[in-house]
Amino acid sequence: MKSQTHWLDDPLNIKKLWRAFMVVLALTVAAELVVHLHPHFELESLFGFHAVYGLVTCLLMIVGAKGLALLVKRPDDFYAEDGADD
Amino acid sequence: MTDGLLFHPALVMIAGALLIPALRGLARNLAILLVPALALVALWLLPEGRLWSVAWLDYQLTPLAVDKLSRLFSTIFLLMAGTGGLFALRQQSRIEVPAAFLYAGSAVGVALAGDLITVFLFWEFMAVGSTLVLWSAGTPQAWAASRRYIMVHLAGGVILFLGVVGHLQATGDASFTGMQVDSLAHWLILIGFLINAGAYPLSAWLPDAYPEASWSGTVFLSAFTTKTAVYVLIRGFPGTELLIWFGLFMVFYGIVYALLENDMRRILAYSIVNQVGFMIAGIGIGTEMALNGAAAHAFTHIIYKALLLMSAGVVLSATGRRKCSELGGLFHSMPVTTICGTIGALAISSFPLTSGFISKSMISQAAADGHLEIVWMFLAAASAGVFLHAGIKFPWFVFFQKDSGLRPPDPTGSVRWAMIFFAFLCIALGVWPEPLYAILPFPVDYVPYTAAHVLTQTQLLLFSGLAFFLMLNYLKRTPTISLDVDWLWRKLFPALFAIVGKAIRGAQSAIGGSLGGLIASTTALLDRQRQPGGFLLRSWPTGSMALWVMIMLLGYLALYY
Repeated sequence: MKSQTHWLDDPLNIKKLWRAFMVVLALTVAAELVVHLHPHFELESLFGFHAVYGLVTCLLMIVGAKGLALLVKRPDDFYAEDGADD
Repeated sequence: MTDGLLFHPALVMIAGALLIPALRGLARNLAILLVPALALVALWLLPEGRLWSVAWLDYQLTPLAVDKLSRLFSTIFLLMAGTGGLFALRQQSRIEVPAAFLYAGSAVGVALAGDLITVFLFWEFMAVGSTLVLWSAGTPQAWAASRRYIMVHLAGGVILFLGVVGHLQATGDASFTGMQVDSLAHWLILIGFLINAGAYPLSAWLPDAYPEASWSGTVFLSAFTTKTAVYVLIRGFPGTELLIWFGLFMVFYGIVYALLENDMRRILAYSIVNQVGFMIAGIGIGTEMALNGAAAHAFTHIIYKALLLMSAGVVLSATGRRKCSELGGLFHSMPVTTICGTIGALAISSFPLTSGFISKSMISQAAADGHLEIVWMFLAAASAGVFLHAGIKFPWFVFFQKDSGLRPPDPTGSVRWAMIFFAFLCIALGVWPEPLYAILPFPVDYVPYTAAHVLTQTQLLLFSGLAFFLMLNYLKRTPTISLDVDWLWRKLFPALFAIVGKAIRGAQSAIGGSLGGLIASTTALLDRQRQPGGFLLRSWPTGSMALWVMIMLLGYLALYY
């Protein structure tokens, strides 16, 4: 920590981490070929269901949050500016 | 009282809370660590059953009743109070830890109460204790937030009180057992409980108030109020279907608001609402598996949420900053805090080998067992969303992302050990869940570690992580807040009061203007009669008075004869 650079500060290492992450993602899906899943519902028995479902629902939540933000977002001194906070 | 030798753990804590302010230095530190430990010993020495019984008015009160559920919740409350005490040993405020012990003791009091009147009493003590914790932060923001906080909780207390009174009137029985939402009184009790659970729409008090406490105060606040509410809902309203939908709404509300939030502790506050949502959904499902899941999740949640808030508290006290947009890169100089915070983040996301994995999955399993496909789908999406808003977002923006250039050192001593202890528990419970399963209210017939479960959960979470990094540009923090329901009582109501007040004052002056002339002339007329020569100051002949007396007497005779 004394030296100001950490291996995580190197963009090259970040790129490596990304690649490793992609490999792990692919492996978790590929593992479905080996591991027998016990689907509770029909949808779940689709190949890679949890992967797709996790990705898509998260994208939807982010989009939903950004949509809501259009309505409710305010500068963070919103409550302070007119003395409502003291 | 069946046995004079039994100590009530809640009273041990409250006695400690009264004692600690009088102590200084080493004696104080020892007391802070020993009082929760003694209360824990007292708790585990209690046999099961309704232990204390007191007649009060027409009712039989049971201030001390023990079963597996109440022992489970009391245990985690005391464990939290002790570890929080360790974390807060260096807290300068002399009020905060005693207030937290009053608060924790009252939470234990609710958990061990066998009747609704005792529940209500300790419920109100909790509101007092938690407000004192908030006050002890000593900032104007904390003071303002504490006033809004106590307002909501006093209102909730009144609603609960009305419900309890109605229940007593209808049944004549004070004992606290399962209820149906079949009468106004029971609805009021349910609403009173849900307000403390942080259920929408009266949830805004939580993210409003908790992040304003001191670096250690928020750790205490996160644990007791909402989880006591979970406890009373498990005991009072298991299987109330409405709760499933309340819970699911809270889950997504928490995720969406946490995604938009910039204040690191407010992110975690929204994620409390999110996590309590899972528990409430479990209570709504109401099977043994679901209730076990809700109880287990409350237990593990208290630990990892406290751990997350400890790491945030450390960052706050070391840097004085609380906004994600001003933090980042802290892993350089705070490896221990980074690792502990990340373990908490993995546990809240229910990663395999962490405590969240072995508790939350029981709720999903219960939904699957009950063939509640829609509920199950929502819960799975929500699990992914937890990783998004708390699991990655919190550690990423605080400890990693772009380098803020800050290089604060890791904490030492008690603060460090409290974090390490809870991080250890997050992993230990995840690897070895049996001791927790053994103290759950119902027998556990569930194996969390199957290849299928580990694989599907890992997939879900890692692809949620992919979504986070793909959308990182949209998740960049801005110095903004998001309006929540508290806007009603922070902006709209004051504005309405101002408008109505202005209208009333306007009406007053308008009335004064138009009627002014009439009033003035009448006053002048009356005034003239009081001048010499006026009607009232004229001298009267004695005879006329005698005449009037006679008329009055005649009138009297005529009317009453």
